[in-house]
Amino acid sequence: MSNLQKALESGKFAITAEMAPPKGVDFSHQIAVVEQLRGKVDACNVTDYQSSSLKASSIGLCIKLIQLGIEPVLQMTGRDRSRMAIQGDFMAAAAFGIENILALTGDHPTVGDCPESKPVYDLDSVGILRAAVQLTTGFDCGGNKLDGAAPYYYLGACTTPVYDPVELQLMKMKKKIDAGAKFFQTQGVYEAEPMKPFMEMAEKYGVYLMAGIIPCKTAAMAKYMSNNVPGIRVPEYQIERLKAAAAKVPADDPNVKKLKAAVQEAEGITMSAEFLAELKEKGLCHGAHIMAIGAEENVPKILAEAGF
Amino acid sequence: MIITKAKPTQDVLDMLGNVKKVLLTGCGECSTTCRTGGVEELDAMEKFLTENGYEVVGKCVPQLSCNKNLMKRELKAFKDSGYEAVVVMSCGDGTQTVAGLVDSPVYPANDTMFLGEIERLTLFSEACRMCGDCVLGKTGGVCPITKCAKSLVNGPCGGAKNGKCETNPDVECGWILIYDKLKKLGQLDKLYVANDDKGYKKNLYPMTINLKEDAANE
Repeated sequence: MSNLQKALESGKFAITAEMAPPKGVDFSHQIAVVEQLRGKVDACNVTDYQSSSLKASSIGLCIKLIQLGIEPVLQMTGRDRSRMAIQGDFMAAAAFGIENILALTGDHPTVGDCPESKPVYDLDSVGILRAAVQLTTGFDCGGNKLDGAAPYYYLGACTTPVYDPVELQLMKMKKKIDAGAKFFQTQGVYEAEPMKPFMEMAEKYGVYLMAGIIPCKTAAMAKYMSNNVPGIRVPEYQIERLKAAAAKVPADDPNVKKLKAAVQEAEGITMSAEFLAELKEKGLCHGAHIMAIGAEENVPKILAEAGF
Repeated sequence: MIITKAKPTQDVLDMLGNVKKVLLTGCGECSTTCRTGGVEELDAMEKFLTENGYEVVGKCVPQLSCNKNLMKRELKAFKDSGYEAVVVMSCGDGTQTVAGLVDSPVYPANDTMFLGEIERLTLFSEACRMCGDCVLGKTGGVCPITKCAKSLVNGPCGGAKNGKCETNPDVECGWILIYDKLKKLGQLDKLYVANDDKGYKKNLYPMTINLKEDAANE
């Protein structure tokens, strides 16, 4: 049983972080991130060509994480792989001791950096969960028996609480639960209210909900995400708070640009920590998934400030 | 309706190369509607090819370019015209029908885009990807295979922003369209029925349907 499963099932407030493989073959940055996260998180997601940007594969970095002694969550999208390739990767994952899987649809290739790539989507996220469950029964998608022991997986999926109409996301969450998802990580959220119906559904069906936390580095980033990233809404008062932090830096300081960035990043960390504590206190999630987007060194800071 | 788009005319010249005498064929149905293979477009192509040193020895716009027997009869008239190549201004199917009937090379003047509906005289939109296993009965008559850029069968991804698809801010999220329609119909319960992915065995191509054989097998 994975650490993540143990943490969630024991009622501990579980923490996952997230990292992306490199665009290239040098894993040294990712190895450094592992040291920053070691002992602070229950598991670490490895993205699967996040935002349709071509990188080293998720399974490759997941294996590296296993070798380094930190538990991975293998993100698996349907964008680039047929059902055969997905089940093949799942078998290889199990052979390396990877149990946690997060099934995702995957951003469309046209939004990424290899827009000519063929969108596969042989299976959607519900189909990917089923494909994993099928392997655990000892059979593949063709109904053929696997040699040796069947693999074991701890299956998860994502959901987007800030969505209109929200019923569509709740409907799909229910289908994912029916398909075998045991834990959910949400898109980045900034307000507690939208978490409520998702937590209710999680509690009703005995699955676990982890709130997605994306710390804002600057007011500009917060505004950009809010305007452009699907499922993300940063309330205006939070953007104003970041701006107010920046405004405290004296305009005549020779390092004004750097200082403004630094104080906003620190304020963003504090805001994430406060929000995390609020969610935990209100019982609106069973854990948190922190997506620091390249600033993974901030994950322990957020956890410390939140009092974890 | 098969929606076609004219290739750049330079492409037609590149394909024709050194031949001199050219036969032009169009289609009286889809390509006429799309303005890519009706009488007017064939006239324009004739003018263009003549200006570029070709001789157009014949033109025809059959009722349907994809009907083999019909096309065979149409082409008979040009048997002795001496054409060295045919430029077909129809869809890919019509082009292949002609290619199967003549001995000279056949070149497409159009790109075949999609099976679509005529929203108005000059606006065509894709509605059906011909998946071979229609799900419209479960989705309020809105096709998730076509209207969702990822052809998702169990509901939306998280990629919609303000109701629009992540691939194109001008395009509505197909699953939000499905939701709105099912809500109107009082059939939201259908959303909760998980759709098995359909698999791709039914999509093995090239396909053939033989009505007589089908009837004999029933």
